[in-house]
Amino acid sequence: MSESQHPVKNMINWIDARLPVTETYEKHMSKYYAPKNTNFWYLMGVLATVVLVNQLLTGIWLTMSYIPTADGAFASIEYIMRDVNFGWILRYMHSTGASAFFLVVYLHMFRGLMYGSYQKPRELLWILGMLIFVALMAEGFLGYLLPWGNMSFWAGQVIVSLAGAVPIVGDSLATWVRGDFNISGITLNRFFALHVVLVPMLLLALVFLHIVALHEVGSNNPDGIDIKKNLDDKGKPLDGIPFHPYLTLGHDLPAIVAFCFFFAIVMFYFPDGGGYLIEAPNYEMANPLKTPDLIAPVWYYTPFYSMLRAATFPFLGLDAKFWGLVVMAGAIVLPAVLPWLDRSKVKSIRYKGTASKLFLAIFVVAFFVLGYLGVQHPTPLKTFLAQICTAIYFAYFLLMPWYTSVERTKLVPERIPMK
Amino acid sequence: MRGVVLTFLLFSSHLYGAGSSSYPLDDVSPDLTDKESLQRGARTFVNYCMGCHEMKYQRFQRVADDLGIPEEAMMSNLVFDPSKKLGAHMSNSMSVSNAKQWFGNVPPDLTLYTKLKGGPEYFYTYMRTFYEDPSRPFGVNNLLYKNVGMPHPLVHLQGIQKKVCKDIPKIAKNGGEMREAITGHPLLENKCGDELVNRGVSPLELVENSGELSIEEYDSLIYDLTNFLYYSGDPSRLERQRIGGFVLLFLAFFYVFAWLLGREYTKEIH
Amino acid sequence: MEEKNLDGGRRKFLLGATAVVGTAGVAGLATPFVGSWQPGAKALAAGAPVKIDISKLVEGEMLGPIPAWRDKPIFVIKRSSDLLERLNSRNERLADPDSERTQQPGYAKNGTRSIKPEILVLVGLCTHLSCAPKFRPKIQPEQYDEDWIGGFFCPCHGSKFDMAGRVYAGVPAPSNLEVPPHYYENESILVIGEDDKEMV
Repeated sequence: MSESQHPVKNMINWIDARLPVTETYEKHMSKYYAPKNTNFWYLMGVLATVVLVNQLLTGIWLTMSYIPTADGAFASIEYIMRDVNFGWILRYMHSTGASAFFLVVYLHMFRGLMYGSYQKPRELLWILGMLIFVALMAEGFLGYLLPWGNMSFWAGQVIVSLAGAVPIVGDSLATWVRGDFNISGITLNRFFALHVVLVPMLLLALVFLHIVALHEVGSNNPDGIDIKKNLDDKGKPLDGIPFHPYLTLGHDLPAIVAFCFFFAIVMFYFPDGGGYLIEAPNYEMANPLKTPDLIAPVWYYTPFYSMLRAATFPFLGLDAKFWGLVVMAGAIVLPAVLPWLDRSKVKSIRYKGTASKLFLAIFVVAFFVLGYLGVQHPTPLKTFLAQICTAIYFAYFLLMPWYTSVERTKLVPERIPMK
Repeated sequence: MRGVVLTFLLFSSHLYGAGSSSYPLDDVSPDLTDKESLQRGARTFVNYCMGCHEMKYQRFQRVADDLGIPEEAMMSNLVFDPSKKLGAHMSNSMSVSNAKQWFGNVPPDLTLYTKLKGGPEYFYTYMRTFYEDPSRPFGVNNLLYKNVGMPHPLVHLQGIQKKVCKDIPKIAKNGGEMREAITGHPLLENKCGDELVNRGVSPLELVENSGELSIEEYDSLIYDLTNFLYYSGDPSRLERQRIGGFVLLFLAFFYVFAWLLGREYTKEIH
Repeated sequence: MEEKNLDGGRRKFLLGATAVVGTAGVAGLATPFVGSWQPGAKALAAGAPVKIDISKLVEGEMLGPIPAWRDKPIFVIKRSSDLLERLNSRNERLADPDSERTQQPGYAKNGTRSIKPEILVLVGLCTHLSCAPKFRPKIQPEQYDEDWIGGFFCPCHGSKFDMAGRVYAGVPAPSNLEVPPHYYENESILVIGEDDKEMV
């Protein structure tokens, strides 16, 4: 072909010789093969990406009108809500997005538990995912202080005080985090910097690595069958389909539109979520002398908050507060070592034995109960229930080496069975 | 996903209610399309509340625009202070030290009050449950807010309410009201305070002709004021719901195309 | 990519339709982001009309301290009869002597570019790159003009304006200085930022 006849192609060749655009496109889109049996649960990854973009864009736009000082923060939120054109849209997109982020990430993680997506060769992919989860929790917590409402203040107070549970250095650690003797404008300033600069950069880097790792090992699927074992004569997986356009347009786009629809229902009609997405006490400015009647975290932290409160007795000479921290941190970190806890020969719950199914089921129930208890006033009965559920939560992980190695599993077929 | 979102919405209820008092809240349904009610509420607010309570996140201009009040009427009837511009915030000039001296505390800003209380019901009930209590500095107390540190600003309109004991039907062990065997008249007993509240009877009684308004007129005045406070808590509420409707319609329309296109590809896989 | 289309036309149509609807969606989504940069209620409130007391304005001088409207300097000048006499004597040197370009409200499109002949009201920002021009009322040869009959000189890029804020030809500034909407509430109160309702 002569250069003059194909100016576009010529242009692409010129770029490709300098920047691997076509190669990258093929490797990650048109010639990246995904299993053809992926289902609903496999949409959460792309939805999380959509929410991430939403949070970044609306977040950047909010910083244009937000004032990160103790005097100005609360009023600047109302300024955004009332005076800035479309400011309420940007703010509600961000606040609803925070909840949506956790919703899809929890579903994404549950998919991993169900289909054994953490198993070899996806250990690093899983650990990167867990790091994203931890960074996301930190991001959410830091951002929660910024509106400088009364619940922001007291939630910040409670969680920063947690650092005080670390033996010996605890109190000075908490003071160091605050930069003051109580949560103040100084704390607000640094939380703002972390929330809008450091943690988002970290999140983006981790998400990038998560996707690179995913495209190296390929997606798992509901049957847990490795599609790379069955290739055609051109080396393409027989049970695979090109990511683009079959998944991007076939599955992802309709899912994104549907997701936006439900997102819009919440954002436009229930932005406060009945007091679960934006709590009533946050409509009053932070007041260090007035504790809200009930300090409860936002719904996405409540399971872990319940576990924190479930530690009510000293142990090994260390006080309950310390063990609360250990239990909560343990609950967050423990899933990261799943790849080495699961001794099963099979990946997917579809082929695992009864014990795995039972444990997963009561694990999910316990997680929901813990989430519910987290927004309730503690009573002796409720604390006892939280302790039982905490035990179940940990049992799911810690007993896994045992129940996955003794149970009888089903035979996994060679090829992906289609209807 | 549908299931998840629905479950999520079903969980939503008013999590943070009134506060510590157990007095039940009266239902009230604000109507943001009733501009006249909102205008009356705004007038009551600036006349009786704004001397002490600010609405410092809201601008006069916004109220005029949203409630359909012409600029000049707004300036002469609601802004009063000639040095203030229409674009100014609805603040007052009471200093913090004066406030502390007079009321022991700074009267709360009311811009977001109905949001802070998880809905308009608290304010609507509160404004109607003041009663005479000579032991308090301002001579009044409130059923919803025990030992309230605020005078009753509308007492000349509502009149004086007194906490009284009332005769109410006795309740039998089976839960029914006890009646005389022969006449069928209810058997009455004299109850006071919380025992009345628990039976759904107000322990307050209005001293006749002590106020300028009838009970209905006063309730309607408070309804308008509540409506205005409900509006000011989130002034873009109506616009939000209107835009939301368009967004949902658009997304539903978009979904049809996205779904049809998606099917073009998915049917090839199987 | 090779596609074994059963019905390529249908797919093409759906691709096109989805792309069109999707683009509309992106445009809608961009609206709040773009729109939020427009002046909001705070800027509009701060930019509301201002009242200026001109009772102490001295002939031949500019009102000081310089008042601001929408955070822009407002020049209010009482021209002496000397200045007014010479005002239209060098019109051949001006770029737009008849104020054809809409740099002023209709009621200021006249020989003096003002409501009252002697009082000139201007937005004190050069129409070139928004520097504030210097007030040079003396009728005397200046470094930048041998035949100076009073006016404004912008030190940033050398633009010259006469005593009615009209730009000279051959300088960087493209148009006359802007006359803001204004009216006189009474003898001593000048309102900037609003037209007199009766005048319009």
